Amino acid sequence: MIERLRQILIKEFIHLFRDKQARFSLLVPPLLQMLIFGYAATYEVNRISTAVLDLDHSQESRQFLERFTATSRFQVHDVLYSESQIPALIDHRRVVLVLQIHPGFAELLRKGQTAPVQAILDGTDSNTALIAVGYINQIATRYAQDYQLERAGRLTPSLAQFAPRIALEERPWYNANLESRWFFVPGVIGTLLLVTTITLTAFAVVREREIGTLEQLMVTPIRPAELIVGKTLPFLLVGLGTVIIVAVAGTLWFEVPFRGNVLVLLFGTTLFLTSALGIGLLISTLCLTQQQAFSLSFFYAAPAIMLSGFGYPVNSMPHALQLITYLDPLRFYLIVLRGTFLKGVGLEALWPQMLAMTLLGIGTLTLATLRFHKSLD
Amino acid sequence: MPSVNPSLSVDARTWFNEELESKNFIVPGVAAIVMTVVGTLLTSLTIAREWERGTMEQLISTPVTAMEIIVGKLIPYFALGMFDTAVCATIAVWWFDVPFRGSILTLTVGSGLFLTVILGLGFWISVFTKNQLAASQIGLVAAFLPSMLLSGFTFPIEQMALGVQPVTYIVAARYYIVILKSVFLRGTGLGALAGPSLALIVYAILIVFLAKLSFHKSLE
Repeated sequence: MIERLRQILIKEFIHLFRDKQARFSLLVPPLLQMLIFGYAATYEVNRISTAVLDLDHSQESRQFLERFTATSRFQVHDVLYSESQIPALIDHRRVVLVLQIHPGFAELLRKGQTAPVQAILDGTDSNTALIAVGYINQIATRYAQDYQLERAGRLTPSLAQFAPRIALEERPWYNANLESRWFFVPGVIGTLLLVTTITLTAFAVVREREIGTLEQLMVTPIRPAELIVGKTLPFLLVGLGTVIIVAVAGTLWFEVPFRGNVLVLLFGTTLFLTSALGIGLLISTLCLTQQQAFSLSFFYAAPAIMLSGFGYPVNSMPHALQLITYLDPLRFYLIVLRGTFLKGVGLEALWPQMLAMTLLGIGTLTLATLRFHKSLD
Repeated sequence: MPSVNPSLSVDARTWFNEELESKNFIVPGVAAIVMTVVGTLLTSLTIAREWERGTMEQLISTPVTAMEIIVGKLIPYFALGMFDTAVCATIAVWWFDVPFRGSILTLTVGSGLFLTVILGLGFWISVFTKNQLAASQIGLVAAFLPSMLLSGFTFPIEQMALGVQPVTYIVAARYYIVILKSVFLRGTGLGALAGPSLALIVYAILIVFLAKLSFHKSLE
């Protein structure tokens, strides 16, 4: 049995690395994607393109607007002189935000009243708009505090030192600078692995069927189970290799910390790959042509990525969808990836995810083996 | 003595997406992803299959010209892609209550241009891979993942690292996403969309030309 398995493994490895294209597509795309997507994937909001319209022309309004020029969060592109200029700027996507100061701004402040600041936002990108409003509010509150303090100092210098100053200090754990790149780089590893493993496995079997070599293999002494192991083992090894390469690239290039245990990561990866291979095989038993195999892999992979928590947190999904996410191995693997990279936790915290992936792996592989026998008859 | 608490109140007014609902943008953007899959991936696979099985040579030996083969192969997928866009738009508006403020004409023209680019890309991939497995892997890397991650669909382009931003100009979906945002949320017509439409036209001409060139070359 070992000998037969060895033969089929040799055959599969030859298939995998035989031609230049295949070697290329196994190694280069994962690294390239890691680099490009590592730089593209961010939910941080900086350099918000801004225009300002100051109709008050006071020292206060100028000081207030200067605070927007001073921070890298905003980039003031245009200084307007009339309200009629606003629609064209936003329609042509030149700016995302227009800050407008009405006449009488300074006067209201001097009287100790509330002065309005008008912010007009392009809401087509809701995330940027929401975060921008948060920043504007922060700057406004800060400015008002400083203004009060300065004013109190002028009116009654003796009281100024007692003026209370409250600053809320937030201290996030695990990702102290809240870098979203740290959050996404491990996620990119998981998505890449899911897509490539499922399509490659599904293709490997369907291709033999399409060309007609699967029948030839079946008349050899090789048993179906051996064939399945022989077909999937190479992809497991390739997947593990990819994770190592991409994880090293991620930590060295993007300086994402790796705080956990490498063995825990590799163990989790093996379990994840097993369930991905099971799904790939299951797909292959349902398809006759590579085109079908691809469509079906895609039909699985696209929602699996969406529902995994890669881009949108699972907690904020509708309840019914949250239940579906339990069938998605990527959902569990992302927790393992982020746990080992960012939190440095080990098996004691990650065992539920490991268990879930084991169950999914056993389930899909059993189903695939059963269907595989049937599809040969 | 006046009150001692001068303060500021920020009055934020959002245009185009008043409730700041993320679904208003994500749902129509799905059309771009679906079209990329249909356009590049399915197309490159069917054509690569003909090469793999040797039936492409048979087709070529018939009196049908190269251009007729390309067009004939692509038209069904063009129709399929347009149909998918219509389905996506209908679901977005009727089921997810996404506003539709532009014109159907703008959407049709924009989708037609984008589909041409993406079909041309699929054809091109199949010509130089001639192999379904390679076509699928290259299609994933060259078309699907960029459309998903570099087009402005998931992550806003202005927020990407400055070195990556120029790369997004070669992602056709980038222009189509602008058109989709305009048609659904802004309600601007083709006039304001001259930039992205022109970019798609140039892109379409270029990619069809390149595909045809490598097709001829591969026949020699």
